[in-house]
Amino acid sequence: MTEIICAGFGGQGILTAGMLMIHAGMEQGHNVTFYPSYGSEMRGGTANCNVKISEKLIASPLCKEADIVLGMTSPAVDKFEARLKPGGMLFVNASIVDADRSYRDDITVVKVPVTEISIEAGNPKGANIVMLGALASKSDLFDAAHLKEVIVKFFEDQGKGKHNATNIVCFDRGVEGK
Amino acid sequence: MAKVLMKGNDALAEAALAAGCRFYSGYPITPQTEILEYLSWRMDEVGGEFIQAESELAGINMVHGAAAAGARAFTTSSGPGFSLKQEGISYLAAADLPAVVVDVMRIGTGLGDISLGQGDYWQLTRGGGHGDYRTLVLAPASVQESVDLMIASFDLAEKYLHPVLIASDAAIGQMIEAVEIPEAVEHDIDQFEWSIKGCKAGTEPRKVQNIYYHHPDYEGFLTNKYAEMEANEQRYEAFEVEDAEIVLVAYGISSRICREVVDVGRAQGVKIGLIRPITLWPFPIKAFELAKSAKAFLTIEMSILGQMVDDVRLAIGDACPVDHYGSIFEIPETDGVLQAAIAFLNKVKGEV
Repeated sequence: MTEIICAGFGGQGILTAGMLMIHAGMEQGHNVTFYPSYGSEMRGGTANCNVKISEKLIASPLCKEADIVLGMTSPAVDKFEARLKPGGMLFVNASIVDADRSYRDDITVVKVPVTEISIEAGNPKGANIVMLGALASKSDLFDAAHLKEVIVKFFEDQGKGKHNATNIVCFDRGVEGK
Repeated sequence: MAKVLMKGNDALAEAALAAGCRFYSGYPITPQTEILEYLSWRMDEVGGEFIQAESELAGINMVHGAAAAGARAFTTSSGPGFSLKQEGISYLAAADLPAVVVDVMRIGTGLGDISLGQGDYWQLTRGGGHGDYRTLVLAPASVQESVDLMIASFDLAEKYLHPVLIASDAAIGQMIEAVEIPEAVEHDIDQFEWSIKGCKAGTEPRKVQNIYYHHPDYEGFLTNKYAEMEANEQRYEAFEVEDAEIVLVAYGISSRICREVVDVGRAQGVKIGLIRPITLWPFPIKAFELAKSAKAFLTIEMSILGQMVDDVRLAIGDACPVDHYGSIFEIPETDGVLQAAIAFLNKVKGEV
């Protein structure tokens, strides 16, 4: 069982990143759940989703102790760093989060400037895709080539295939980590 | 059909369409609004009627009209909105009409709030509205089961000519899981003898009434209707119950946690099992016959009062103690449930 929390501002593609992860997990033959934060959420407000990917039945869809946190903003990193298991992985949007910030010493911190990379790639909405590239590269959860295929197909199915050229650039830059 | 990823609420809506339902009327309220949102475009695609009503009462009364005409019709709500539906559910039961009403439960008494809850158990299982009736109540514990029970609910409603309730909750409604939607069936609105579909010359006019004064044995008819539902429609799942000393009883989101509690507890040598009611009414008393070694029963519900405790006591008599472990803001956690179960069992054993 892998528990992932993806968090940031509304509009950063937080929920989309979660959906992409469960699509990939399902295609790998695993049980998956996705649970959104819901309620008074709005563009510019906070957004997060809980994702679980498991070979066994999944009990609660909520992540109590996360294996992985994708933190797209400073408040998201502040809020969810404490929810990581010892040994967990914290992916930080280094474009936004202060470079001098200190972290727990029992977790692995991966800093990637995902916002800057997405802008350089010509797809400022693709910071979430950069983050997924970093995740595929640094953890054992996904095969990078497979996750990239899932992303491309997901947006094609949604009629948003025209962004895929830059999505691929975003993803590959995320895999590189810079 | 291949598995797709769907939110519980959306899957429930799609399942209703797969069951041939072509009439929906409801009013938005979190955490069930996705059902309206989904049907607002999808119902049009399949040629049905979607109406966002001016109120919950209007919503259920339109469903009453559609059901009287022989349509497969449903409405949905949550919390205070579900309370407003109760008058209409009572009227559907009185008129012997098949219809489906979904309650995606949320926290709280009064307005409550939009987060998780399972506090509507009494309202769901005791009639809820005024008068002398009960309804079948089906409680899904996954997105797939939301689909399966939504489809079954229309068949059951027509089998007994009676409203059927779906007891979902905010967790099951909001979560996304992989799901398979069965092949769609068509519903013939004119297939019933009893429905209101015009009166041709020389035929008896049909009436959908509130009380059937002229029924040759109305009291017997009503008695038998409920007795048949109780005898034939109990649904449940039992895990590791046969030799269990402590038996958890849970439905919906809480039952998913309890399934894990049984696995963890068994690995530690605790003789623990789970009864998961799928029908909340009729309550699956047959499941309790399996619990031959039980020394105690513990319900796990997202409520403070422990509402299902009543039904467990009715099912087992005074055979052994029953208690409740609950939470309202958070889904009960595996460790907490297991510790509570062990503590309760030890207490009961000490008392014996």
